[in-house]
Amino acid sequence: MSSPAVIMMVVAMVAVWGGLAAAVAWAMTHPEKPE
Amino acid sequence: MSMPGSGGGRTAAAVRDTFSGRGAFIFAAIGSAVGLGNIWRFPYIAYSNGGGAFLIPYLVALITAGIPLLFLDHIVGHRYRGGPPMAYHRLKRWMEPMGWWQVAICFVIAAYYGVILALAAIYLVLSFTKGWGESPADFLFAEYWPVSETFALGFDFVPGMLVPLVIVWLVTTLVLALGVQRGVGYTSLAFLPVLFVMFLWLVIAAVRLPGAGAGLDALFTPDWGALAQPSIWIAAYGQIFFSLSVAFGIMITYASYLKKNADITANGFVVGFANSSIEILAGIGVFAALGFMAGQAGTGVDEVAVPGLGLAFVAFPTIINQAAGGTIIGVLFFGSLLIAGFTSHISILEVIISAVRDKTGMTRVPATLAVCLSVGAVSVLLFPTTTGLNLLDVTDAFVNNFGIVGAALFNVVLLAWVLRKLPEFARHADMYASIRLGPTWYAMVAGVAPVVLGFLWISQLVTFARDGYGEMPGWFVGTFGWGMSIGLVIFAVLMSLIPWTEKSALRRERTYVDLDADGVPDVPRDAAHEHWRNDV
Repeated sequence: MSSPAVIMMVVAMVAVWGGLAAAVAWAMTHPEKPE
Repeated sequence: MSMPGSGGGRTAAAVRDTFSGRGAFIFAAIGSAVGLGNIWRFPYIAYSNGGGAFLIPYLVALITAGIPLLFLDHIVGHRYRGGPPMAYHRLKRWMEPMGWWQVAICFVIAAYYGVILALAAIYLVLSFTKGWGESPADFLFAEYWPVSETFALGFDFVPGMLVPLVIVWLVTTLVLALGVQRGVGYTSLAFLPVLFVMFLWLVIAAVRLPGAGAGLDALFTPDWGALAQPSIWIAAYGQIFFSLSVAFGIMITYASYLKKNADITANGFVVGFANSSIEILAGIGVFAALGFMAGQAGTGVDEVAVPGLGLAFVAFPTIINQAAGGTIIGVLFFGSLLIAGFTSHISILEVIISAVRDKTGMTRVPATLAVCLSVGAVSVLLFPTTTGLNLLDVTDAFVNNFGIVGAALFNVVLLAWVLRKLPEFARHADMYASIRLGPTWYAMVAGVAPVVLGFLWISQLVTFARDGYGEMPGWFVGTFGWGMSIGLVIFAVLMSLIPWTEKSALRRERTYVDLDADGVPDVPRDAAHEHWRNDV
């Protein structure tokens, strides 16, 4: 694979999987408030 | 079940079905969002719109339109606590047709989606023997599901499609009859991890194929010049929009099954990013495999890259024929396609079931049987025939581009600009949300979304009106494209004219807002499950 392709693949993975990890971590550290 | 009421004029309230918790809702919503489009649409759209550079508009679209629209659907469903027709009726009476329009769209999609699931199931079995032979294209289009040379609608059934399709409908009906938590919730909780593991395994197997690097090069090498073209940005917004299952009732319906204290924004971020994560993974798996296929054929990736049915049922069988360990790749690919499609299919049907139950007050099982028999009958009568493939093609194009995009456009314009509901919606979400909504969200829903959706809708309408659709005759496109699309709108208006009876959920179920206004505590936790719905 060419370097630009590798870089973009890594950027894509980090952006969406990192976003998912951050969203899950946020949800886990912010449990739903009691009613 | 009776609830004391001190205000609001209602003395009896039934308990709406709910998911057992946050996890069940998130899994169900991800299961709905992750569907066939993630696997067979995204990779090709990315490849043909700038490759690696496409990721920039794609991420911008996710943040500025996808997730904000997801919040909007979740808020409407949660605040007005109903399937689309009831939720919109509660919002404003004259908005009810919007809900029925979304239900009608789901009816059409569910009818042909079942056919693709049947095909995925057939190919999953065929993977063990590579039963499609040396020429998968001839096998599919000439032998297994032949396409008639004329477009005249006939009931020339293809037995090989008919039986699997009936089985798909029986399984789907069974799962949906089990209810929101035991059917939709548990199915998503069980299948989503399986889908993820299978998909990861598929990607690992695909990237180890010889020539995989060429495919990944084709997908990820950025064409930065493409970013200057508006069409690339529109393609990105279109992909995010179709992929997230927003604006055709699914997320409204699922959010109506949330508990009162749902953290709508945090849940939305998880669903949005999970959907894109699977999409990126699909891109890697699909293009690694296409790179191998191109290498075997001695051609470039551009010669073998196709979207949709051609990718799944022609390109992948070819890859499976040629690759070492092809059977495993076949089982993983078609198994993933089947699971992703199945969890989406049940979510589409749940919209219709919820709407029917809300309007009629029917209990779960009869409503499920009525809906699945009706949609299943249309599906079985029209699609496993020699005209089925053409019919699927034209209905899919029009229900997506005219139906879903049109409904979404009118929805955001009416909610944001005519009714000016966004501040009220933000306050509703903020009661229990850990990430608060404010002017940025208003700008995205009221500004970015209508502009993009308007462009998408009008440009597609103009294209279809000017060029027709493919090489199909005008009467065929007029009947099953334009006619079907306009028919859905007429159906929506007619359905909204039917009065809500005393048995309907509108009269018997309360929103959380109603309960707060009446000073009545929310339903007890142990009562908030679907089996209580049978008391209705």
